[in-house]
Amino acid sequence: MTLFYDARIRAFLYQAIAIGAVVFVAWAMFSTASANLAKQDIATGFGFLARQAGFVITETAIAYEPTDTFGRAILVGIANTVKVSALAVLFGTILGVLVGIGRLSHNPVLSRLMLGYVEALRNVPLLLYLLLWYSLIISVFPPVRQAIEMLPGVFLSNSGLVMPAMRWASGFEALLIALLVGTAAAVVIERVLARRRIATGKEMPIATIAALAFLLPLVATSLLADISVSLDIPELGRFRLTGGYHVRPEFVALLIGLTLSASANVAEIVRAGIQAVSKGQWEAATALGLPRSRTLKLVILPQALRIIVPPLTNTYLTVFKNSSLAIAIGYPDLVMVSNTIMNQTGQAIEAIAIFMAVYLGLSILISLVMNWYNARVALRER
Amino acid sequence: MAQFEGFVADPTLMAPAARPPARNHTWLSSYFGTPGNALITILCLGTIFGLAKLAIGWLFVDAIFSGTPAECKASSGACWPFLSTKLRYIFFGFYPFDEQWRPLTAMLLFLGACGVSMVPRNWGRALAVTWIVVILPTLYTLMAGGLFGLTVVPTTQWGGLPLSFMLSFVGLACALPLGIALALARASSLPAIRVLGVGFIEIVRGVPLISILFMATVMLPLFMPDGVTIDKLLRAQVAIILFAAAYIAEIVRGGLQAVPKGQIEAGHSLGLHYWQIMRKIVLPQALKKVIPPLVGLFIGFFQDTTLVTIVGLLDFLDTVRTAMRDPQWQGIAVLEGYVFAAVVYFFFSALMGAYSRFLEQYFRTTHD
Repeated sequence: MTLFYDARIRAFLYQAIAIGAVVFVAWAMFSTASANLAKQDIATGFGFLARQAGFVITETAIAYEPTDTFGRAILVGIANTVKVSALAVLFGTILGVLVGIGRLSHNPVLSRLMLGYVEALRNVPLLLYLLLWYSLIISVFPPVRQAIEMLPGVFLSNSGLVMPAMRWASGFEALLIALLVGTAAAVVIERVLARRRIATGKEMPIATIAALAFLLPLVATSLLADISVSLDIPELGRFRLTGGYHVRPEFVALLIGLTLSASANVAEIVRAGIQAVSKGQWEAATALGLPRSRTLKLVILPQALRIIVPPLTNTYLTVFKNSSLAIAIGYPDLVMVSNTIMNQTGQAIEAIAIFMAVYLGLSILISLVMNWYNARVALRER
Repeated sequence: MAQFEGFVADPTLMAPAARPPARNHTWLSSYFGTPGNALITILCLGTIFGLAKLAIGWLFVDAIFSGTPAECKASSGACWPFLSTKLRYIFFGFYPFDEQWRPLTAMLLFLGACGVSMVPRNWGRALAVTWIVVILPTLYTLMAGGLFGLTVVPTTQWGGLPLSFMLSFVGLACALPLGIALALARASSLPAIRVLGVGFIEIVRGVPLISILFMATVMLPLFMPDGVTIDKLLRAQVAIILFAAAYIAEIVRGGLQAVPKGQIEAGHSLGLHYWQIMRKIVLPQALKKVIPPLVGLFIGFFQDTTLVTIVGLLDFLDTVRTAMRDPQWQGIAVLEGYVFAAVVYFFFSALMGAYSRFLEQYFRTTHD
């Protein structure tokens, strides 16, 4: 009995019990699951990934045909998820920063309006908004047969927006490389010149030089390389539109829903961050004669960023995870593709394991990137 | 003193005593002070006016207040008859029509009990015991029946707003102790316990709720021995509890970290063991600090319960959707149901948001 009162032995005992319980539950679940699967004649393992998928995915961020494999279908799902969340994060951040600043405006009408915007978005479930936007798009716009031709070749209907697409015959890679080279050159030149300006105090047209550095490779490539582009103009058939680039209502509804909900969260974070910067900073900047907009840009926001970035990471992760609501309106994201695979193969455990692992991995990746950015903007103790 | 009198000989030569700069801000100047500001005001008022016109036009001017689906189809406004005929289905789902006074009573009792419990003065052991011994059994009996001559209603017929309340409230109530346990595990000095705690919390927080609901509804039956079936509602409820627990654990961890270390050391020096220190010293202080963020979290979970409609449970959002899909009304009431559901969700969420702000204020003014 005295052994039980030894702190070290007790610590060991507790941990052994905890690990034992987890291992036992895992083993019990594994053995019943494999027995059940064997009885229901469901295959196990990830062999199905190499088999032909055979189902259509309406929206494909990367090339996909029904003759491709299940593995390829999952990749398409991942690409679709990443595409819609990345765009929602981008637009949501821009909109959210504007709304957050508007919330702090001295103009009572503007600040109240922004408060109403934030409250309306935060107090209603995102899923409800997604369904609402989707049914609005479907019911407001006319059916395909009566599609509105806004511009020649641009059709708007309740199956989305169809517009002419560019089909690259050749020269696409060359232009892409030129774009990358130009961006890199502009960034490097901007850095070097800014450092020189700080060192010497001489004004120079940094923005113009950087813009030239960005444009030069693009212009040179388009003049020298053999580039041929053909326009794929959509045609209105009897029941559907063929050809062109198709922006589907599922994608638009999901993007609007995610963007708005992200913007409301970003707005609250930005507002709290700006309010956390001490009032003396505003007064000092005013005393130096800076107008309000430049005070905000040069003095307040850089300091607020330190407070803003950690909760912003959480918001981005939330947007990424919320993109899984796509399944409710039929946008083929990772969850929806996995669900289809689950129904076709019956391999629920594998399908769910794959998409949970992907979400977990990408969540960790986003956290790492944001932590790196946070370390950059964090206050450097001297 | 006299030798200085010459300096103040002529008061007119002195600058008049400076007064603080007058604030010539009238209320008008905050709206129209500068041209830019005036433009903002006009744009905002225009937006508000436009939205209000749209809303009033749809809700009242073009709306149909009584009539048939055909009349609604002809009009561009809101279709109120849809709501009035479908209201009981939207609120209670497939609960037997003649028995719907039971979920209504249960909901009113629940909301009343919540109202009483929201007053901080009423908090205490007696309240907790009342909830566990009186209120929850009464609610369950009302919903499920089987006692006092009430007919049995299986959970497959539960639906609507009572189901949404149940999923979120029971979810959070059960997730709270689990979340506290996880937070303690994460802060534990025993490495194996800590790893298990961190692993659970981070995995659950790294994946979307829908994946956990899928796991509970699609995957879990495969893990069950033959003949054992768990109610679908219960499975979704367990998924929500596990999901909520991970988030609660992170909030509670923040509260635990805010308790000074000296408190634990003081407990040790009094000869208390770990559980006594946690129960009597650390947790009361930590939990008090995290009540406002917990209420905020609860708003999120109340809204997240709408996700169960994806796995086929008849929560409030789902009854709204199925009501709109009724062949009689299909294509006629396209938005009415969603707008109504949005108003209901907004009402309860905003109420809890106001309560969370009240609690923050309350805890700021009382002494710790």
